[in-house]
Amino acid sequence: MTIPLSYYLVLSGIVFLTGVVGVLLRRNIIIILLSIELMLNATNINFVAFSQYFHDIAGQVFVFFTLTVAAAEVAVGLAIIIALYRAKSTINIDELQLLKW
Amino acid sequence: MEQVFFFYFAIVIAAAAVLVVAVRNPIYSALSLLIMFFHVAGLYVTLHAEFLAAVQIIVYAGAILVLYLFVVMLLNLRRDDRYHRQWPMAAAVGVTLVIEAIVLTAMKGWTAPVVAAGTETTVGGAGNAEAIGDVLYTTYLFPFEVASVILLVAMIGAIILAKKDVGGNAPQL
Repeated sequence: MTIPLSYYLVLSGIVFLTGVVGVLLRRNIIIILLSIELMLNATNINFVAFSQYFHDIAGQVFVFFTLTVAAAEVAVGLAIIIALYRAKSTINIDELQLLKW
Repeated sequence: MEQVFFFYFAIVIAAAAVLVVAVRNPIYSALSLLIMFFHVAGLYVTLHAEFLAAVQIIVYAGAILVLYLFVVMLLNLRRDDRYHRQWPMAAAVGVTLVIEAIVLTAMKGWTAPVVAAGTETTVGGAGNAEAIGDVLYTTYLFPFEVASVILLVAMIGAIILAKKDVGGNAPQL
């Protein structure tokens, strides 16, 4: 018994949707970054599932590039959070409204 | 047997993803993301991507999540973290995506995508890493170099951003 491709897509969709809702709903910037990680992982599941389904290993290679971008995003994002916390003493996005018109 | 493994991993991944968003304490959020990373690695093993499973555990669970936990504990957030006030926005986007997924799933007449005759075939087991390396260092050599440049830029940017005295007049922590 093999698993249909659509099962993986539904799982990936659920995880991605959770990430989107998390980005929109939470006020803590760290949780927002964690939600972005959720979305990146959902795309990775998609890539690997399609790679297995199409018998093409390029999908697994692209997961590496996603991983690289995720690592870069985490490093820069957390550095921004630390700099922001030093300047404003908060990471609640409701209180960070300097650019809000 | 395969289905048992898939449903176990899928249910735990979905539940952990919901917990990441729902739990109030950021440390618990990060830890449930850790659980999710491990189960995604397990899912990769069932998909015959053993090397990616190892990389997932080493990079995501080992490096990225430790960085998150480090920052969470460094900032030491004590105030209560309630949900955002933009419930309608989140509900609109979420409901739209759910409806779209349901419509796409339930749509009649959809056909399974034809299996393309890929030049490279997936290799499971011990040859998985070899196959990935073979493709990565020949076909995708230029993206590989670009990825290394991205990492270098991110490293320099993170160091400069988090440095204590940017311009000499930044307020101290």
